[in-house]
Amino acid sequence: MKDFEYTAPATLRDAVKLLAEKGENARVLAGGTDLIVQMRGRRYQPERVVDIKKIPEVNELTFSPRKGLRIGAAVPCHIIYHNSDVIERYPGIVDAAMIIGGIQIQGRATLGGNLCNASPSADSIPALIAYGAIAEIQGPQGKRKIPVEEFCVSPGRNALQPGEMLVCIQIPQSKSNTGAHYLRFIPRNEMDIAVVGVGACVELAGRGKAQTFKRVRIALAAVGPTPIFASAAGASLEGQSVSEESILAAAEAAKSVAKPISDMRGPAEYRTHLVGVLTKRALIGAVKRARGEHVPNAVQEHESAHPVYTLS
Amino acid sequence: MSKIHISCTINGEPQEFLCEARQSLLEVLREDLGFTGTKEGCNDGNCGACSITLDGVLVDSCLVLAVEAEGKQIVTVEGVAGPDGLHPLQQKFLEHAGLQCGICTPGFLVASKALLEANPNPTEHEVRHWLAGNLCRCTGYDKIVRAVLDAAGQEN
Repeated sequence: MKDFEYTAPATLRDAVKLLAEKGENARVLAGGTDLIVQMRGRRYQPERVVDIKKIPEVNELTFSPRKGLRIGAAVPCHIIYHNSDVIERYPGIVDAAMIIGGIQIQGRATLGGNLCNASPSADSIPALIAYGAIAEIQGPQGKRKIPVEEFCVSPGRNALQPGEMLVCIQIPQSKSNTGAHYLRFIPRNEMDIAVVGVGACVELAGRGKAQTFKRVRIALAAVGPTPIFASAAGASLEGQSVSEESILAAAEAAKSVAKPISDMRGPAEYRTHLVGVLTKRALIGAVKRARGEHVPNAVQEHESAHPVYTLS
Repeated sequence: MSKIHISCTINGEPQEFLCEARQSLLEVLREDLGFTGTKEGCNDGNCGACSITLDGVLVDSCLVLAVEAEGKQIVTVEGVAGPDGLHPLQQKFLEHAGLQCGICTPGFLVASKALLEANPNPTEHEVRHWLAGNLCRCTGYDKIVRAVLDAAGQEN
C-alpha cells in the first residue's frame, strides 16, 4: 500500500476542510473494509486519508418518534443490528446489516460506507431506499440532503462532490401498519455477494379482506449499474387489495425495470427471474411484518430451511 | 513520511510502537511487535486468519490501520490462554482435533472466544453463522464446530 497522510479530525468542519484541500486525492475512512482493500489493490491511492470516527455526529444512532432514525455514517453494522429501536421498528435494516460480510466485517463495516462505496450489489442500499431514507451530506458550502435512491450514480461512484462527506442516513419515522423486508439470493449460506437483492417497504390500510396497500416502495440490488428504485412497481400496488395476485403483478413490474448484466454470479435472464421471485417474497415478508407477524431474517434459525412466503 | 507514535494495550499489557500510516495492524503485530500467532491469509478480509479483538469487538486485523489502534485494547491469540494454562476452547480444539495445518486456528480461537463471550450457550447454527468469516481449508469445519460446542458445554 502506498503511504499517505493519516488525519483524524474531531469536527465535521475540520474533516470537510481536510477533504476539500485534497479533492480527489483524499478519501474518507470509516470502517475501512472497502477502502483498505481498495488502497491495497491500488484502485485508490489517496494522498490523504480522513478518519471520521472521532467526529460525534457520525457516531450518532438515535431514534425519535418525530425525526425517525438517524444512523451516523461511521456506526458499524454490529451496533446497528443490536440496537433495540432498529430491531423493533426497522427490521429491514437488520435484514441487510446482518448479512454484510461475516462477523469480523460487521464489527467495522458501516452502512454509510456501504452506501458511499456505491456497489450495485450493496445489501443495505435497497433496504434504505425502501424505507425512504435520506442521505445528509456536509461540504464546504454547508449541508444538503438527497434521497438515497439518487446517491449512487454508477458502479463505485456516488453523488458526493470533492470536499463533501456523508454525515448520516435519516430514515423517516416508522408508522403503524408498516413493515419492510430485505432479502437476497446467494448460492452459499453467508459471506457472499448478492446475485440479486430486493428490499420492500409497505404501509397497509384497513383490515382483513378489505386490507389494501397504502404506500409501497421497492428497490433492487445487483441488476443494474446502481441500486434501482422500482418506483412504478411499488406505486402500482397503492390502493390495491393485499393479495397474491396484486403482489405477483408488482413482481412483474419490478422485473421490467431490472437491467442486469451476465457475469460469474449469474446470467442476465436468471437474475431477471430472481427479481420476480425475491420481489414477491420481500413484499409478502413486509406485509406479514406490517401485520405484526414474525418473519425471520436470513441468519435466524427457522424450523423450515426455506420459510414459506405465502400470505395467510 | 514520518512515523506515527501509537500507545495501546495488547493482551492487557501497555504497548507503544512507531508505524507508518500505510501499515495494517496485522503487519505491525507480526513484523514489528512479534505477535506472530495472528496469521496473514488473504489480506483482504475474507479468511479471518488475522482475527483479533479491538476494544472487545471481533475484527480482521488486515482491515485495520495500525494508526487506528491508538488508545485501543487489542487481544490476539497470544492472549487467549490464561496464567493457568490453555483456555477451554484451546483444550477442546486439541481433543476434537479441530485443526490440521493450523494456519486458521488462531483466528478460529479468537473468533470462538468472542462468540462465547457474547453468547455463552450458542446453538450449532449460531456457531456456524458466527464462524462463517473464518475459512479452514483442511478440517471441513465439523470438528471445529464440535470443539466450540463442547467448550460451551453444549456437546452431548
